[in-house]
Amino acid sequence: MDFNADHFTLFGLPRSFRIDASTLDRRYREIAAQVHPDKYVQAGDAERRLSLQWATRVNEAYQTLKASLSRAQYLLQLAGHDVGAENNTAMPTEFLMEQMEWREAVAEARAAREQGELEQLHHRVKQRMNDRYEQLAELLDDQQDYPVAADRVRRLMFLEKLLFDIDDAMAALEA
Amino acid sequence: MALLQIAEPGESAAPHQHKLAVGIDLGTTNSLVATVRSGLSVVISDDLGRPLLPSVVHYLADGQVDVGFDALVKQALDPRNVIASVKRFMGRGIKDIAHRESLPYDFEDAPGMVRLRTAAGVKSPVEVSADILRTLRLRAEAALGGPLVGAVITVPAYFDDAQRQATKDAAKLAGLSVLRLLNEPTAAAIAYGLENAAEGVYAVYDLGGGTFDISILKLSKGVFEVLSTGGDSALGGDDFDQRIFCWILETAKLKPLSIEDSRLLLTRAREAKEYLTPHGTAPITARLSSGEVVDLELTTEIFSEISKTLVAKTISPVRKALRDAGLSVADVKGVVMVGGATRMPQIQRAVGEFFGQEPLNNLDPDKVVALGAATQANLLAGNRAAGDDWLLLDVIPLSLGLETMGGLVEKIIVRNSTIPIARAQEFTTFRDGQSALAVHVVQGERELVSDCRSLARFELRGIPPMVAGAARIRVSFQVDADGLLAVSAREMTSGVEASIVVKPSYGLSDDEIANMLTDSLAHTKDDAQRRALKEAQVEAQRLIEAVASALKSDGDLLSAEQLARIEAEIAKLQTTALGDNRRHITLAMDDLEAQTKDFAARRMNKSIQHAFAGMSVDELESSVDSAQSLGETA
Repeated sequence: MDFNADHFTLFGLPRSFRIDASTLDRRYREIAAQVHPDKYVQAGDAERRLSLQWATRVNEAYQTLKASLSRAQYLLQLAGHDVGAENNTAMPTEFLMEQMEWREAVAEARAAREQGELEQLHHRVKQRMNDRYEQLAELLDDQQDYPVAADRVRRLMFLEKLLFDIDDAMAALEA
Repeated sequence: MALLQIAEPGESAAPHQHKLAVGIDLGTTNSLVATVRSGLSVVISDDLGRPLLPSVVHYLADGQVDVGFDALVKQALDPRNVIASVKRFMGRGIKDIAHRESLPYDFEDAPGMVRLRTAAGVKSPVEVSADILRTLRLRAEAALGGPLVGAVITVPAYFDDAQRQATKDAAKLAGLSVLRLLNEPTAAAIAYGLENAAEGVYAVYDLGGGTFDISILKLSKGVFEVLSTGGDSALGGDDFDQRIFCWILETAKLKPLSIEDSRLLLTRAREAKEYLTPHGTAPITARLSSGEVVDLELTTEIFSEISKTLVAKTISPVRKALRDAGLSVADVKGVVMVGGATRMPQIQRAVGEFFGQEPLNNLDPDKVVALGAATQANLLAGNRAAGDDWLLLDVIPLSLGLETMGGLVEKIIVRNSTIPIARAQEFTTFRDGQSALAVHVVQGERELVSDCRSLARFELRGIPPMVAGAARIRVSFQVDADGLLAVSAREMTSGVEASIVVKPSYGLSDDEIANMLTDSLAHTKDDAQRRALKEAQVEAQRLIEAVASALKSDGDLLSAEQLARIEAEIAKLQTTALGDNRRHITLAMDDLEAQTKDFAARRMNKSIQHAFAGMSVDELESSVDSAQSLGETA
């Protein structure tokens, strides 16, 4: 196995957005079991170093493929379409307006200490994201429309951040 | 094969001989050492049959050091020199220590980690912990009849890098070779999971003397996977004692106390807490140095009331850990209770109510961590056959990041990432011609640097003059399987490089450790030279065995010539190790390492190929096909 092979090849999976999560889990465990540093505690320095590098590599690959957003970003990168999140922040006004409305709702619920309201928001954002990921699967796997997919990924990055902030607000209220 | 003859002759260890390894639970209140004997994990007791070693150290003016029960009995008499709960000071600065004013110790502020002034001189918490660990090492070596190949030391899952590094330093100082730092709840999960053949999602609620951890794990056959962890590294049974102590002061309307009286009442508070669990009410009586007598009765109701906020403080990390794991209460199959403090009925009730199920109390909450650690030590030492082992996947508890402009934190590795893990991020210069970049490494979840723990600072110097924003500085973080961080920085256009094992800014430098080691060895009248030689010989033997067993299973990966060269180096090391020159042994080990480097890479490759052996040809082909078609359309 080539250390620099792509993540899909590493796990012997087809290069696609739709992924069989249980196969990914199983392959990850099989390979991790072979390279984990716990297997090389008694080995020489060279083998210990290699084991650390490989285990790190396998963990990184697994984390990237496991989460939908990072998997989509990675697929775009492999296809030569950088998401360009930093240099390409221009988003349609209506999308940004909607984001602001979401954020205001979160801020209000947080200020009013409305735990239930935050949970509602969490579920609504989550639902929205699930729909978007289904569209993304079509764009990436069926239509290979990378420019549009890249745009959808940028939008999903906003939603993921929003979800993170909602969870953060819930944690803050509990503390 | 000539190789087999190398390992077998003489009294030197055969490759599959049982290796002496232990698990150590270095607790806030008590510590334990356990090992695996005839396949069973057992705690090693002292000469009087006592399994627990109180984590208490007494330093006397003549240099004598008492550890455990002998120190404990002196607590009220000599409070300044009897150090208890030192775990709370590990990797901590003076400002981090709660209730500092009510502790009887003479603290000294030192960069990074607080020190304690004692009759036997200034002690670092690392040295105090090392005295506890040394006592356990000697106990284990006496019981097992030989030097240990190594130990698994447990740490609270929520320990940050500074606290972990301090623990590892303490072990080194105590003459222990650390096989792995293992998170306490994970150790408990191993013990519980193996004993009950448990499968599914489990929560481990671990409330110790001074730390609180919650870990959510997925257990399946052959795999222990930590999904998330959370906690509070400064919350434990001690804080409950403190609440009772404050209640005594208020109720008995006491004036400010001497340190002896404070210590006495803290001890009474702790006794009352323990007595309360089975009895429901606990009398508290004490005669203070002024002659004043304290005579009170504590009830479960009062105790629940005064400790309510502490109990609630443990539930909010539980919620967060579940959310981080993407799970809800209904997904949790069982809740394993660990740590003596979980005996308190209000804890049992709160945990039961939160999870909607009775917590699992069928393991001894004081011993389960040490037993699990011993099981893992046995595995890591290579005492289990392949196929009879398990995979442990643990996570990092707190995010790691760097300070950026304006005192903000840029997270590089997020909490609950499976370890080992590495991440790199590129930064650039802020001013034209800027020749150096300060790298400040922090740990924590907050956005401001000032709210996170500072782990290390270093500078990347010698950046060639460029306009602002042109330099590309790549900062790489690597967290190893012990959860310890190393950071390096490199300017990509010029190749200028700087790196650091995150350590000196808060803890002890390697030189400091070496000095302490020499001092302590001289102090215990151990022959430092002899011990170092012995250690080198054990290391050499370990390497020879490792290479021999690698050759045995994968010798076919080498040409006859390569094989002969490696064998020659083994023979050389074997001979050198019989001599008494430590330096020569080390050099011979380096030579053997160098000669086997390429072999190691080939073996690793073979291991990974092996993982694919279970895949069907169809699966492999379809993955290749789809990769190609994607490549064409792109």
